[in-house]
Amino acid sequence: MATEVLMPALSPTMEEGTLAKWLVKEGDAVKSGQILAEIETDKATMEFEATDEGIIGKLLIAEGTAGVKVNTPIAIMVEDGETVSDSPAPKVAEAVAPAAEAPASVPAKAADPAPAPVVAAKGWPHTDLPEGPTKTMTVREALREAMAEEMRRDPNVFLMGEEVGEYQGAYKISQGLLDEFGAKRVVDTPITEHGFAGIAVGASWGGLRPIVEFMTFNFAMQAIDHIINSAAKTLYMSGGQMGSPMVFRGPNGAAARVGAQHSQDYAAWYAAIPGLRVCMPYSAADAKGLLKSAIRDPNPVIFLENEILYGRSFDVPTDPDFTIPFGKASIIREGRDVTIVSFGIGVAHSLLAAEVLAKDGIEAEIINLRTLRPIDYDTVLASVQKTNRCITVEEGFPVGSIGDHMASTIMQRAFDYLDAPVITCTGKDVPMPYAANLEKFALITPAEIAAAAKSVCYR
Amino acid sequence: MAAKKPAERPNASKEELLKYYREMLLIRRFEEKAGQLYGMGLIGGFCHLYIGQEAVVVGLEAAAKEGDKRVTSYRDHGHMLACGMDPKGVMAELTGRIGGYSKGKGGSMHMFSKEKHFYGGHGIVGAQVPLGAGLAFADKYLGNDNVTFTYFGDGAANQGQVYETYNMAELWNLPVIFVIENNGYAMGTSVKRSTKSPSLWERGAAYGIKGEAVDGMDVLAVKAAGEKAVAACRAGQGPYILEMMTYRYRGHSMSDPAKYRTREEVEKMRSEKDAIEHVRDLLLQGGLASDEDLKAIDKEIKAQVNESAEFAKDSPEPPVEELWTDIYA
Repeated sequence: MATEVLMPALSPTMEEGTLAKWLVKEGDAVKSGQILAEIETDKATMEFEATDEGIIGKLLIAEGTAGVKVNTPIAIMVEDGETVSDSPAPKVAEAVAPAAEAPASVPAKAADPAPAPVVAAKGWPHTDLPEGPTKTMTVREALREAMAEEMRRDPNVFLMGEEVGEYQGAYKISQGLLDEFGAKRVVDTPITEHGFAGIAVGASWGGLRPIVEFMTFNFAMQAIDHIINSAAKTLYMSGGQMGSPMVFRGPNGAAARVGAQHSQDYAAWYAAIPGLRVCMPYSAADAKGLLKSAIRDPNPVIFLENEILYGRSFDVPTDPDFTIPFGKASIIREGRDVTIVSFGIGVAHSLLAAEVLAKDGIEAEIINLRTLRPIDYDTVLASVQKTNRCITVEEGFPVGSIGDHMASTIMQRAFDYLDAPVITCTGKDVPMPYAANLEKFALITPAEIAAAAKSVCYR
Repeated sequence: MAAKKPAERPNASKEELLKYYREMLLIRRFEEKAGQLYGMGLIGGFCHLYIGQEAVVVGLEAAAKEGDKRVTSYRDHGHMLACGMDPKGVMAELTGRIGGYSKGKGGSMHMFSKEKHFYGGHGIVGAQVPLGAGLAFADKYLGNDNVTFTYFGDGAANQGQVYETYNMAELWNLPVIFVIENNGYAMGTSVKRSTKSPSLWERGAAYGIKGEAVDGMDVLAVKAAGEKAVAACRAGQGPYILEMMTYRYRGHSMSDPAKYRTREEVEKMRSEKDAIEHVRDLLLQGGLASDEDLKAIDKEIKAQVNESAEFAKDSPEPPVEELWTDIYA
């Protein structure tokens, strides 16, 4: 009986990969555990093993093929004496049906465009980008380039964290940095967040400019005492004598199906702390421009990245001096009817919602805050004075959210301009569930954003 | 703890002994004055006095050179005076005045001096341990031969981050000297009620860190141990642990009724082991100083402390604008 070998998912967020190399050929007998192929994901090159013994009947995907979707049949295994033609043709269409498809019991939302690819910001006003040439790169590449450029610029900038060096980065952000800068400046740490965060703060007082990578910000909770009590407060407590010029960075918020302890958005937590700067980039240009500013900044900066955005591509200015100042939001889409204030991956969801809204004749103006401390209130207030309606979008929990703070600020400073109450769209008030369908419900979706926008437009 | 050693031949010159006497006395008189000012309501919040432990910081500072760094917990007044910070600035910080080291914004527990390489003053028990290792990390990275004295108490010795730090300090060969000031009590909990470890310094062996216990009431023993640790550290042999067996005469803080130990225990320590009396005996019995010489020093120190108290009372409170400064560089 012939069986199909399917393109495997090799990480929680992997949707496709490159079949880099076949290590078997048609007719080979393979054993369970034998390496069949090398598959390149956006994070790493992985070896893919046979799970059963048999004979390679046919290789369906040629090596070097990029963009092979997870669950696509890539080979056919046959039993001894059998040939491919003996077996029924592989049912490719069935095989590629993603496992994550919502079950029938879940009420389908026709308008929910969540799985669709993100539309790049091109064509919309992108007021934050300076004039000049750009090149396309992923958020991951932009972060790496920002670090590398700043490390070349200042010998006292160094990177430390778990798996940043020899492993080349758990999410490949630091790939190649060890080779260029050596182990003195790309420091692999034991798994000891509390300890190495404290060491990094001390190093910043000692004249260095540490970049601390947390494998995810969920693990930074082990280190939060040093981030807040040691890094954020020392300049004040020392009467201005010594501050902590350093960056704490890493992925924040939900990835995909990693459950409650690995899926929290900490934006509102850190944004609450005087003494910290807080960045949350959406695009690759944001990522590069903000990270360069963060590394140069004399204050401790929390830099909240998003794993799902790491692999997405955007235009980034090629000017090596391109930076984005803190406290300057960008209007990523202009519109007259409703203001959507967001940051990080919320901007991606908001852009999708805006497409839906446009079909109903509602033109949304989307503000990408980019930094949450300081916050660019002026850009938000000016937009609200134009549209008279506002919703906020974020992935974090609802209580004490950035949206709550923004709604309160708008109420206090632009009350007379409002034609509707501000609606705060957030993640649900639950620990992140693992089940695919429940996780979808827990996260903020473009459909919910569109519904909220319609609601404040009384539509 | 070792027995009192009054009249043995000191391995220090007259000048050195007089220096230690003066420095220890300054700390004690300063702390007594701080206690008074607290009682008068001029110092607020928490105030942890160093009385009894003076030999630890004075002995270790005698082993330090310019460029070496120090960081400690909230019981920090002694460390600041020992590293040469101005008593006026320290006292004015205690009273929350603009003339204080942190312009009145840090208080007793949070004071710093970049000039004297004093990196606080930390209110979170044990947090200063990785911070100190981080200072040492910077010195190693920058390629100088400075060492960092990282002080913490027997209470902090049970914090997990201490051992995270031991691990990395040895792994990366950092020039840090961990000084455990074991005064027997973590607030009200005695060491034997908080751990079954027979000694605290020996825990470093699990990470490959050398160390030793030292009579922390004997400034000369402290200095000798400090010199040994500093030499190893500067020679690139990595971290070193010194467990200073010491004692605080006063409560944990000003609001501590100290019911967890007997008056007799405190009295016994004061009469048999006092670090200042020890040096005084060495000076007098060795014929290195007369009673009058020491009285003159006492008088001088008293005047210096009174001057700091007057400064701390006269210095104005920080102007309201200071509320909004020093949040960002």
